[in-house]
Order: sequence, then structure tokens, then C-alpha cells
Amino acid sequence: MAVSSRPRQALVLATTLALALSAAACSSDDGGDSGSASSPECAAYDAYTGNDGTTVSIYASIRDAEADLLEESWKQFEECSGITIKYEGSGEFEAQLPVRVDGGNAPDIAFIPQPGLLKRFADAGKLKEASAETKTMAEANYAKEWLDYATVGGKFYGAPMGSNVKSFVWYSPKLFAEKGWKVPQTWDEMMQLSDTIAGAGIKPWCAGIESGDATGWPATDWIEDVMLRDQGAEVYDQWVDHSIPFNDPKVVSAVDRVGKILKDSKYVNGGFGDVKSITTTSFQEAGTPILENKCAMYRMASFYANQWPEGTKVAEDGDTFAFYLPPVDPAKGKPVLGGGEFTVAFADRPEVQKVQTYLASGEAANNRAKLGNWVSANKKLEVSNVENPIDKLAVEILQDQSAVFRFDGSDLMPAAVGAGTFWKGMVEWINGKSTSEVLDQIEGSWPK
Amino acid sequence: MEFEDFAPKLSMLLYGVIGFVVVVGGLLLLLDVVPNYFARRREAALVAASLSTSDGPAPTLGRRVRKHREGLLGLAFLLPALLLLLIGLVIPAIRTILLSLRNGDSTAFVGLDNYLWIFRENDIVRVLLNTAGWVILVPLLATSVGLLYAVMVDRARFEAVAKSLIFLPMAISFVGAGIIWRFVYAYRGEGDQIGLLNWLWTLVGGEPRQWLNEGPLNTFLLIVVMVWIQAGFAMVILSAAIKAIPSDIVEAARLDGVTPWQMFWRVTLPSIRPALIVVIVTISIGTMKIFDIVRTMTNGNFDTNVVALEMYNQAFRYQQAGQGSALAVFLFILVIPIVIFQIRNLRRQREG
Amino acid sequence: MTTTTPVLAGEATAEPTPRTAAGRVRKRLNSRTATIVSIIIALIWTVPTFGLLLSSFRPEDDIKQTGWWTFFSNPQLTFQNYNDVLFGRSSSSGQLANYFVNSLVITIPSVLFPIAFAALAAYALSWINFRGRDWLYIAVFALQIVPLQMALVPLLSFFSRGVSLGGITLLPPWDLDNEGKFIQVWFAHTCFALPFAVFLLHNFISQLPGELMEAARVDGAGHSKIFRSVVLPLITPALASLAIFQFLWVWNDLLVALIFAGGGRETAPLTVRLAELAGTRGGEWQRLTAGAFVSIVIPLIVFLSLQRYFVRGLLTGSVKG
Repeated sequence: MAVSSRPRQALVLATTLALALSAAACSSDDGGDSGSASSPECAAYDAYTGNDGTTVSIYASIRDAEADLLEESWKQFEECSGITIKYEGSGEFEAQLPVRVDGGNAPDIAFIPQPGLLKRFADAGKLKEASAETKTMAEANYAKEWLDYATVGGKFYGAPMGSNVKSFVWYSPKLFAEKGWKVPQTWDEMMQLSDTIAGAGIKPWCAGIESGDATGWPATDWIEDVMLRDQGAEVYDQWVDHSIPFNDPKVVSAVDRVGKILKDSKYVNGGFGDVKSITTTSFQEAGTPILENKCAMYRMASFYANQWPEGTKVAEDGDTFAFYLPPVDPAKGKPVLGGGEFTVAFADRPEVQKVQTYLASGEAANNRAKLGNWVSANKKLEVSNVENPIDKLAVEILQDQSAVFRFDGSDLMPAAVGAGTFWKGMVEWINGKSTSEVLDQIEGSWPK
Repeated sequence: MEFEDFAPKLSMLLYGVIGFVVVVGGLLLLLDVVPNYFARRREAALVAASLSTSDGPAPTLGRRVRKHREGLLGLAFLLPALLLLLIGLVIPAIRTILLSLRNGDSTAFVGLDNYLWIFRENDIVRVLLNTAGWVILVPLLATSVGLLYAVMVDRARFEAVAKSLIFLPMAISFVGAGIIWRFVYAYRGEGDQIGLLNWLWTLVGGEPRQWLNEGPLNTFLLIVVMVWIQAGFAMVILSAAIKAIPSDIVEAARLDGVTPWQMFWRVTLPSIRPALIVVIVTISIGTMKIFDIVRTMTNGNFDTNVVALEMYNQAFRYQQAGQGSALAVFLFILVIPIVIFQIRNLRRQREG
Repeated sequence: MTTTTPVLAGEATAEPTPRTAAGRVRKRLNSRTATIVSIIIALIWTVPTFGLLLSSFRPEDDIKQTGWWTFFSNPQLTFQNYNDVLFGRSSSSGQLANYFVNSLVITIPSVLFPIAFAALAAYALSWINFRGRDWLYIAVFALQIVPLQMALVPLLSFFSRGVSLGGITLLPPWDLDNEGKFIQVWFAHTCFALPFAVFLLHNFISQLPGELMEAARVDGAGHSKIFRSVVLPLITPALASLAIFQFLWVWNDLLVALIFAGGGRETAPLTVRLAELAGTRGGEWQRLTAGAFVSIVIPLIVFLSLQRYFVRGLLTGSVKG
């Protein structure tokens, strides 16, 4: 992928070699049925042996190059434990998983990025409760607020794995340095900066919310991030679990705050056109005008690091980097919006539980992080294993004690809203509908 | 890529083809052998009967047996198809109807609530109206363009080439077609236009527009894509039908001194009526189920949603199985007029 | 479909005579207008595809910044887009050949089975006398409307759970794995194709002249023999055109494959792979155009090389109504 691909490839190659060697080491003295445990490389995997020759299937939305790295990361686990992991990634994951589960063809393990969907499967009795080992491992490695998202009716279903931080604004350090602009520390500073940039004849903001059949989600992220800042975490929670209505004045206030940026043609949409062009610009290409100085800022999650064209240097002194989306009132703490996927199981065979436990472990997080482009809220994750600067920054934010972390709200809401009317409503809102009209409509669609 | 990787797949293919030969061949063989066996037995029985009683009920008995046997035989011919239809479509259809009477996660009976919901939500009413637009316009436009083109290129110099140009889009998937036309409608706010339509539009002096954002024009632009795909189908069938009109009918009309228009309306059109019906029925049903084009191009945003896409979203993405199923049942209802039309046709055919 | 026009058995032979109604109409219509209109239609029908083809060979920056028509003033070609799509940057791609074989393995039986079963059924519904056959035909016809999305879950459950009634297992789960999953895909495609196939073939078969059947019957032929030696040869063109339809449908299908074949390398067809490629980096026209063209090219070749049969098949059909 994009981030200076050559060193990465070299790294992958090196890791592959290392793994191949260790695999050879594993198999060379593989005399007995669990002889692998004796080799030093496999020492860390002792707890997972005893199920030689079994297969565990995993289904998730992670695919293409990212999926290759993921499979790479558990190679050693497979070699040492003797458990084969059959991974399948699909872009249609969210729609396909319910079909497979209802059709009786569920995978052993799924990585579900939506706690709302997780809850639906848990309520329907489809999920298996996590084993005691998995639970212990998860409690040791993840903060309670993360585990709560995977706990339904007092039962714990699985640990988080990868995470991302969404409260980032991408910018061009070069352009900022050249013009003497400073990274803003508060919301007001950011708005002043926007005016300054607009005054310099550059559109301050880029945006794009087109994303195939998930079109609209980048706009809902905007709203959530600002909800956290404009109203605070408590109101955010009430909004997400519908104890205040979707068209509450507090929500209106947050949405209008976003509207001051996204619906003002003075500020958007650098490189693409007017306000409405946001609806048809894909989120993947929306940030690229930053490199041509056609726009200055683009609010998008940490994983956007993968979307820059090849050869782009992502670093604090590089072609592009991201700053933390500043709070409205810094005295109220440091709100962080993020997401991640949860490893839940539809089967409770011992090998499935072992894989689930492994995925919650520090080894799993570090093994994956070493391959690059990955962030996790796992406490055992060593920052030194995280190679690229933006991921480092994300890990620091996730491990920051003063940060007030909240999960992406649309992933927590019922899918009819969180993956439906909220997305669609935001598209209509940017396309010209008024805030109140859109929020009333979303409120009306909340499942009773 | 080594051959070993393919070997299991190719042997699977081989099994499939062998399975096909065995199943179909076996079925035909069975149909050959079994009736013969019964025929022989019946003959023997008849002989025996004629020996014991010289006259009487034997012939009637024979006919009844024969009629009965025809039914059994028909069943044997139909069996594979009926079994598959039962498993693959009938049971799912019944299940859909049952689900439509239950709530989102199918845990409680809600009566007709889901149907009331269809007409209560403004958004969904919009979806119904859009679908109505599709079902009226697509068959009409696709058939008209196909017919017009068939008449015009008939016996033209490059007829074969001209025809293949039109039915090329049929080979393209709906998703592929969606991508092609998204490219045509593409919009750039700054710099050169990369979309064909905006380029032409600016050539004639217009401001570049975001075609897919503006209703109801955008629905029409999506309909164009479907017409683009289906017109070739209409053209091929209608062209063949036109060529088959007996020349004596044409000659007679000409002697009566009819104008070309009259000729078209009074001779050509009535003569190709059966072909026209095939075309319109097929395109209509395809249009009711249209889903991919809208999903690829606008994902139902900007008031372009249609029933099949909303059904998919409700049932699979929003986990509202009840509402999704109700929309599917709505599609079943939509097709009833076409079914009645078919029944009338079939009757007329049997009488004629 | 069915007919009110009196259809003569020998009508097919009328086709080559030069004086048809259409020819006449066309001659009388201002032929220049006709030519212009047909050229315009032909352009609308080909230019978008041509634009896509041309774009797929243009460098990424050119695609994003200028229209494909500027190619003629600034011709620049590259194979990079195809290189990306076909061989990709990730280790799991570059194996398009694999997916290609999968598509082939899926398609061939999925075309053969429904056609054979539909032909048998259509024959029975047209020429075997039994009570309620017209209603049965109408029912099969009406099944065309069942959206296949709604059939996915029950059919999948049929494979993975089997059939049981009141605790008694009538059919065990199929338990198919890896290459075995192809069977599921064939089965599903066959089910979903039947209503349209029966509808189309019924149109042809029911219009065959009854005298032929009667003559064969007098000779002592049973239904099986009539079907094999009288009906099948006559409807070969119709079978061929149905085969093309079904081929296009199966080859271009994504939904059925996703559910029943899964996304793995063992069974997933080309469409699944291409959807992933286009999906991970959406909004990138250079990949989308090349990817779309890769997916189009096989059906296009098949279609163009078989269109002769296609036209012939539909021709007999419409002659007979």
C-alpha cells in the first residue's frame, strides 16, 4: 500500500523469511504430536497447543493487502499450535454475515466492527460466550470501556483486535510551514485558521462521503466527532442509545456546527467543486488535493494513511500528516472517536476458543503491528513495534489516560439508523436539505 | 500457476458434467423403459380381458388408464424442475410471506404493520413511485427503441454490424453497465470535465451539472442505463419477427393502397404482437427486480431508490426482515397483472 | 408470447423473401432520416463502452484530469491499469487465472442443468395431457418474480442444515467444503434459472406443429422418444440462445456466488475478485475502468462468437410466437 512501500515490502520479506525459518525450526523437531512446544520460537504459544490438525474459519471485512498482512501475522501461531486458520475477507461482510448465520453456515470466528450487529447476534443466541481464558486475556489487555462494547446481558463475547482513531485532520506540513500556519489547538483556532486559509485563496477543507453502498458514513463520523466536542461524552451516550431523541436541540447544535464547515462553499470542497460535490466524491480520493495544495485540511481516520498515492511521505515533516481534531473546550478533556473490530465466535470448539484467546493476546497485537499499518488499543502493544508515525500517534492517543474515548456512534445504533437512515440522511443534508428536516426524518426511522 | 491447483477444480467440473449426463440420460432412459413395461403389461391385460369378456368396458378402462398414465408421465418429466423450484423458490416465497407478518428480528407476530409501514413512510412511498416509473418507462422505451432500430436497419447495408452494436450491452453485467454510465455522468467541479455528458453539455453552453444528484432527472438517467441494456434484446426478437411477416399479407395491404404509417400500424405491429408480448413481459419482470444498477450508481440516494434495493437493505443491512419481506411481497403483487395477462393469452392459444 | 395470429407451419420459409412489411416501411420513410436516426442510436449504444475501453488504457492522471476524447489530441497509452488489476500489489491477487477457472467451473454445469430440466418441463407442460397443467405453467411463470435475494437464506439453510420434519431428518446436511461448494452454486443457479427458462422454452415448444407429434405417436413413439427425436432437434436454436442468456447471467453474477461459493480462492469466481479490487480503493477510475473491462471481455467474446445462433434461436421463436 501507499506508505513508502519499498521499506515495507522489505520488512514483509524479512518477516516472512524469519517466519519460514522459525517454521522450519518448529517442524524439524516435530517428533511427537505437540513437539513444537519445545522450540524457543514456539514458547509463547504453549497455551495454544493440543489441537493439531484442526481448522478454524474466520470471516471479516478486512481484505486485499491488509488481509495478507493479517494472515502473515498469525503464521507462526498456526505453525506452533498446529491449528490452521482459514481466512476470508469480503467487502460485503455486513450484509453477508447475517445471511450466512441465518442460513446455518456461520464462520467459526467473525471480526465484527459494529457492536450493534454483535448485540443482534448475541440477543438471537447465535454467538458463543467467550471462554474463561479469552476473558482473562481480554481483561488483562484491554480497557474496560472497550470490553463493555462486547458484553451483552452480562455475557462477554470477545475481545477487540484492531482499532482506529477517527479524530484526525490530515494536512500538508509543508504548506503549513511555508505559510506559517500553526496546527490549531482549539475549535475556534481551527475556524480562524480556516478563514486565514480561505483568505490565502485556498479552500481550507476537502470532504468526500461517497463509499459505494456505505455512502454517507464519513459525514456521520464528522457529526459524532463534533457531538463529542460540542456536547460532551454523556450527551453523546444518551444520543447513541436513544435516551434523547435524534432531533434533540443538542444534536441540532452539533450538526449545525459541522454545517458551518461542510455546507459553506467558502470552505469546501477544494479540488472537487461546490458543497454538493461532497456527496459524489469518494472518501478515498477526497484527501488527495492536499498534496496539490488545492485544499488544506481533511478530517479522516488514521487508516487514511493507506490511501495516499505511492511515494507520499506520511510524517510530521513529510508530504502529509494528521493532527488531532481539537476540542471545543480543552478544559473538558480530550474526546477521541474511534472504532475497531471485535473477535466473536459462533462455535465453541476448543481450537476456536484458542484462536480467540490468541487474538486477544499481546503477541497477536505485536505480531500484526510489526508488519505495519495497524493500530490496536491492546495495552501490551509496544509503541516501538509500530512503525509509521501516524499509527504511533494513534496508539499514543489510545493509550492516553486523559483521553475520553467513545466508539463510533453509528456502529452502536440499530443498523436501520446507523447503517441506513443516518448515512442517507447525511447525504441529503449535504445535498441541500435542512438540519431539522433531516434529523426529524432519522428520528422517525428509529426502530421501535 | 501450477496445474495441480486447478486439478481439483477441473475434476469437479468433470464430475458435474458426468452428473449431468447421468441424471438427464438416466431420466430419459427411465421414461423410455417404464412406460414400455407398463404398455406391455396393459396389452397383456387387455388380451386377457378380451379373452374373458368379448365386449364391454375394456376401451374406456384403457382410456382412463392412459389418461392417468399421461399424468404420471408428465410428472416424471416435470419432477426435476418442480423439485428444484420447490426448494429454491416456492419455499422461500412462502417463508417471505410469513416473515412479512412478523417484526424486524422475526420474534413476534405484527399482522399487517409492515405493509402499513410501506405506505406510511414518505421515503418508501417515493421508492414505490420510482419503481412505477421504471416499470412503465423501461419496457416502453426499450421496446420502442428496439423496434424503431429494427425497422430502420432492416435490409440496410451493414445490417449485421449495426445490430451487433446495439445488442453488445446485453453481454455486460448490470454492475459493469453501472460503472460505464457513472463515467458518462461524471462531474468535475474544477478543471476539465471527464464525463461525456458534461462535456457535451458544456459544448452547447451549459454549466456542468451533477446529473445524479438532481431528482427526478437522475431516476430517468438511471432508467436510460436499463434501456441501454434491454433495447438490444427487444431489437433482436422484433427484427426476427418483422422478417417473418408473410409477404402476401404485405402485398395485399399494398394493393389496398395503405400509407407506410398505416402499413406499420395495421400490418407490421399486429403481425409481431406475439413477439412484442415476449419482449415486454420479459423486460417488465426484469425491471421490477432491478437492483444492481441503482446500487452501483447512486446507492438509492438522491431519491433514486427502488423496491428491490430497499428490500435488500431492509432485510440484510438494517436487519428488518419483516419490512424487507413486505417489500418483496409487494413485488409479488406487482406481477399479478402480468400473470393474468398470461392466463388470458394461454386460454386464447388453447381455444385457437 | 403466445399468439392470436394464425401461424402457418410453413411460415419460416417465408422469411428469406425480400418483400417484407418492414422493408417497405423503411423505403417509404425518408431513408435519410432513418439512416441518421439509426446512426445516432448506434452511437449512443457504443460510445460509452468505447470510452471505458479507451480510458482503461490511459495513465491514471490523464483519466482523472481530462476526458477520454482528448486522447485523440494527446495519445498516451499504458498497460499499468491492467497490470494493477490483473497482478495487483497484494500477494493474493495476481492469481486471476485461478478465479477464471472457478468462473468456468461454475458456469458450465450451471448452464447445462437448467436448460435440460427446463426443456423437459416445457415439453410436459405443452404436449402431455394432464389436469392442471396450464395452472402449473402459470405458477412456474409467476415464480420469475421471486427476488433471489429472498431465496438466499432458505436455500443456504437447506444445504447447511438439511431438511427435517418434526425432528426426523429427511435429508442430512450436505457438509460441502472447498471444491465441493461448486455443487451448491450449480444447484442455486439451476433453481433460479428455471422459471425464465421454462417460460422461454414453453414459447417455442408449445408452438411446434401438432401434426409432427401426432405422426410420431402414430408410429408408436412414446413421449420420451418424441422429446428426443422430434422436439430436441427442432428447438436446438432456442436452446442455444437460452444457453447464451444463462451463460451471461451466471458469468456476471455476484450475489449467488458470494453466498454459495464464498470469497475464498478455491471457489470464488472472477466477479467476486473484481468487486474486491474495485472496492478496496473505490473512486479510482483507472482501476474501475480496467477492472470493468476485464469482467466484460469474456462474455463479449462468447456473445460475439455465438450471436449467429442467438439470432437464429430467437428467430424461430418469434416466428412461432
